Amino acid sequence: MKFDTPATNNPIDQLKVVGQPLDRVEGPLKTTGQAPYAYEWQDVPGRMAYGYILGATIAKGRIAAIDTAAARRAPGVLAVVTHENAGPLGRGQFYVQRFLAAPEVDHYHQPIALIVAETFEGARDAAGLVRARYVEGRGAFDLAAQRDTAPVAQRAPFGGPPETAVGDFEGAFAAAPVTLDETYTTPDQAHAMMEPHATIAAWEGDRLTCRTSIQQMNWGLRDLSLALGIPKDRIRLISPYIGGGFGGKGTVQSDLVLAALGARAAGRPVKVAMQRPLMFNNTIHRPATIQRIRIGATRDGRITAIGHESWSGNLPGGRTEPTTLSTRFLYAGANRMTRVRLAVLDLAEGNAMRAPGEAPGLMALEIAMDEMAERLGLDPVAFRILNDTQVDPEKPERPFSTRPFVECLRVGAERFGWSRRSPRPGAVRDGAWLVGMGMAGAIRGAPISKAGARARLDARGIVTIETDMTDIGTGSYTIVAQTAAEMMGVPLERVVAKLGDSSFPETPGSGGQQGAPSVTAGVYAACTKLREAVAHRLGFNSADVTFADGEVRSGNRAVPLGQAAGAGDITVEDSMEYGDLSQRFAQQTFGAHFAEVGVDAYTGEVRVRRMLAVCAAGRILNPKTARSQVIGGMVMGIGAALTEEMTVDKRRGFFVNHDLAGYEVPVHADVPHLDAVFIDEVDPTMSPLKAKGVGELGLTGVAPAIANAIYNAIGVRVRDYPLTLDKYLEHLPALA
Amino acid sequence: MRPFTYERARSPAEAAAAAIRNPGARFIAGGTNLLDLMKLQIEVPPHLIDVNGLGLDRIEGTQEGGLRIGALVRNTSLAADERVRRHYGVLSRALLAGATAQLRNKATTAGNLLQRTRCPYFYDTAQPCNKRQPGSGCAAIGGVTRLLAVIGSSEACIATHPSDMAVAMRVLDAVVETVKADGTTRRIPIAEFHRLPGDTPHVETALERGEFITAVTLPPPIGGRHFYRKVRDRASYAFALVSVAAVMQRDGTGRVALGGVAHKPWRVEAAEAELPRGARPVTAAILDSAKPTHDNAFKVKLAERTLAAVLAEARG
Amino acid sequence: MVRVSLRVNDEVRSVDLDTRTTLLDALREHLQLTGSKKGCDHGQCGACTVMVEGQRIYSCLTLAVMHEGNTVTTIEGLGRPGNLHPMQAAFVKHDGYQCGYCTPGQICASVAALDEIKAGVPSHVTADLMATPQVTADELRERMSGNICRCGAYSNIVDAIIEVARSPA
Repeated sequence: MKFDTPATNNPIDQLKVVGQPLDRVEGPLKTTGQAPYAYEWQDVPGRMAYGYILGATIAKGRIAAIDTAAARRAPGVLAVVTHENAGPLGRGQFYVQRFLAAPEVDHYHQPIALIVAETFEGARDAAGLVRARYVEGRGAFDLAAQRDTAPVAQRAPFGGPPETAVGDFEGAFAAAPVTLDETYTTPDQAHAMMEPHATIAAWEGDRLTCRTSIQQMNWGLRDLSLALGIPKDRIRLISPYIGGGFGGKGTVQSDLVLAALGARAAGRPVKVAMQRPLMFNNTIHRPATIQRIRIGATRDGRITAIGHESWSGNLPGGRTEPTTLSTRFLYAGANRMTRVRLAVLDLAEGNAMRAPGEAPGLMALEIAMDEMAERLGLDPVAFRILNDTQVDPEKPERPFSTRPFVECLRVGAERFGWSRRSPRPGAVRDGAWLVGMGMAGAIRGAPISKAGARARLDARGIVTIETDMTDIGTGSYTIVAQTAAEMMGVPLERVVAKLGDSSFPETPGSGGQQGAPSVTAGVYAACTKLREAVAHRLGFNSADVTFADGEVRSGNRAVPLGQAAGAGDITVEDSMEYGDLSQRFAQQTFGAHFAEVGVDAYTGEVRVRRMLAVCAAGRILNPKTARSQVIGGMVMGIGAALTEEMTVDKRRGFFVNHDLAGYEVPVHADVPHLDAVFIDEVDPTMSPLKAKGVGELGLTGVAPAIANAIYNAIGVRVRDYPLTLDKYLEHLPALA
Repeated sequence: MRPFTYERARSPAEAAAAAIRNPGARFIAGGTNLLDLMKLQIEVPPHLIDVNGLGLDRIEGTQEGGLRIGALVRNTSLAADERVRRHYGVLSRALLAGATAQLRNKATTAGNLLQRTRCPYFYDTAQPCNKRQPGSGCAAIGGVTRLLAVIGSSEACIATHPSDMAVAMRVLDAVVETVKADGTTRRIPIAEFHRLPGDTPHVETALERGEFITAVTLPPPIGGRHFYRKVRDRASYAFALVSVAAVMQRDGTGRVALGGVAHKPWRVEAAEAELPRGARPVTAAILDSAKPTHDNAFKVKLAERTLAAVLAEARG
Repeated sequence: MVRVSLRVNDEVRSVDLDTRTTLLDALREHLQLTGSKKGCDHGQCGACTVMVEGQRIYSCLTLAVMHEGNTVTTIEGLGRPGNLHPMQAAFVKHDGYQCGYCTPGQICASVAALDEIKAGVPSHVTADLMATPQVTADELRERMSGNICRCGAYSNIVDAIIEVARSPA
């Protein structure tokens, strides 16, 4: 099916099931511990063996010698995989990391061996018996040291152009009566999803089946095929339940490759879960950035020049963190420039984490906007409204498909009680607490991609949908089932959604907040085909047929849906493809975040007291699960603002706090009641569902809203995330 | 985790004897720190002596009017004990500020005292660490030190002691009771129980080999208002940047100890005379020999301000 | 190898285990009870929370051999699909989970947390150590802080627990 003109009325618009705040369909399985995650499958044929990953203990260099004799002799050990016996290994297309040090070591904790044994305890113990001798090389670990030398990045997929220029930025900035030129930093961050990367790999002859934890099955298939050098059609990946990903499980990580190698070496199915203390230096992460922002404005607050330059680092050939993406679209201004530079760093790979680019980009831009509003004597909400744009600022002939950004700001300000904010920092005291309010705008692209689905109707009237889309906690199962239920006129209980199997029709999976709009459009296409097949089977004229209440109706005839499959299941497959609407319209999601914090006047401890997100993301397919996506983003934003940082030892070249005690993500006590609401809108340029994703929007803008609230509370501007108390303690009010 | 043999001890003296018989053996009670370290091969005991069956899980009054806390009393039980809440609130508060309910349900009084540092370089076996491997060096010095010691450290080690409970016990002048393999017992004042790193940071306490903690005793209540103020990055489930244990009397006198700043709970009794004059002179005296790093210099200021918060609350 | 008998979810289960096997791995790898999750294996996340003798603990930081004869309750022992425990039902209703990986631990921890409040165990945020602790959002946030949810369902989890606490038993 092709979608190349804006959607008109269609069966989805009935909103009997779609758009309803329904409970997750897999809820009873998840809350009773019955949903099987990658490491937990009991049905794998053969006797299971256990793998344990050993990581490199240097940051850069090569393995001079590796002695596995003692490990191989240890009780129950079946195999030890190293570069000496693994055979040639390729890399994936999206991550540049290599899955095994062979023998060059590219970063700390890069795998040097997989030990396979009868038991987990045996494999773990034997890992300690492997002796590696290294020749250490010189690595680069300090981003700031390369600020003057890092070249402009190469163009990469999903990253946008590394440089943009509109009008005369330098001239306009120099001429502007009010200007800001400040530099901000964001740290290396970890996805820290709760389920570690895990795989059960099993070979049958030359065919490989892996139960694993991968967000994008198609990329997983492609990249595992490249890594192992075997054709994709001999690999099957199964990931129906994924314990969080946030981009960190986008595609193949070393657990998957090593499990496959280990299973081949041991001649047995092998299960591997990457040990938590390895994850931080072994897998990808969101890389640190340095960002310089310059804004020039007229005295009445109209932006005339906006510039955003950014630095990040990566392994050779790795991607940049495209922080300038949102600056290109969020505010008006005739003269603009962006530039991203990329240093080479010998740390673990930097790559996609929830709202890559936009999340750290807005962490800088939205503090800058707060600072600029103050310089102009304008309210931060009013300043943003004043600089709204209804067209792509780089291409004024290209409108936004929808852009209720101002509405987000106004609704948010009203609902949050923004008018009670004191514009003077440090002015509000509540006992020992200095209290402040802050806000930030949010923007995140609304991509959509070709996605397929298979739909099957059986004689009982059960509609089964199969697609390789994944549910990483996002609610995919539920919205897939809702879409099919709406299309086929059946209650939700009559739909079975099957996800996360690479043998199912292809989708872009969970990533870039494009999963929900893409997969539901694919299900729409498959169900449209199923409706036609049903009508045909029943001898109905498909033009006037309706599907409702479990029946198919045409004229004065009405038959139960299942009757159409009385002579056998009807199975159809289709996908949704797209025309040029995304070129003709700038498709983005928008939001506004508001935060109130208390800062202890003595100790500087911060407590977030209230938070509100107002989001616009087209039609909200399920307000309950969409709200959860947003509040989940808000929690991650609290972490980004206050605590999360992988600290680099710049001498030894590794992230020092590489476990969940050292890398502090928010806990219950950090999070107040969270309020999130959606602007009522549809975007017909997206798909027949008129929906956009929301999972990444919920994160963008949260951290700067909190940072701005802290400034409002204490009157000290901190431009380096996270805003830990040591960065402003000296500047708190003197003690009585 | 290396293979180990396992036995259940039947009496404290027998446990101590078993430890002498099995070089490198460890007692295991709650296990919440030991097993964590064994999984990483930071601790590699060939033999574990399970002491959970010894019944040392009672809190009893002493003849002097204090409390005798069995070594195996769980942190939750100790914090919730009515006598502790009423008369030793600083201890209850300190326990509740530490770890999580799940850990406190397991962790014991003796184990809490014996927990090892959370220095990230100690925790990473690829890094040199004099505490983990004597003589290998200290990777923390010159490295990432924000959470590490500002006082009492040495050229060999800048680790901190992670316990909250021990800081409160230091303020309460607790005494650690032990038994050795030969059945002899001794009482070690808490001030002497934990050692400074010096050039032997792997020797962390005054315990001898096989010496087994049976109880911790608290002197009779000293009255006053009890405070334990712990400052950390996130609001819970985190180790202290700085903590202040304090018992303040109505006349402005009191006692104070600091956590998160040194290899042991840090108390300087002489500094307490300054308490009526406010936080600055007290912390100045307590931390006068501090040698912080660039990254953790804030702890000195933070200690002062945290004590100021406590004193303000005590006044209010 | 040692023989260990546990009373798990009202059923006596005996298995031969390596002394090094944690209670968590005994449940997951030997008793096929994979509802208890391994998130970190170091007591830093809470996903492995189960109740032993009625008390919540991290099953990753204890050895199975240390629990001979003990009564263990896991998420599988609280309720099943179609017959959910009230806390499980409340989590579904309030969407107190997303990816589901921390969820069994959160649910076990919340059941135990309410018991601890009932038993009068104070918390870090209990204002008066001598007063009877109450079920409040702040109390629950502190008491549940040993269970990390990276998806960030905290606000909904607290709503779910409060509903259970306030509903007639």
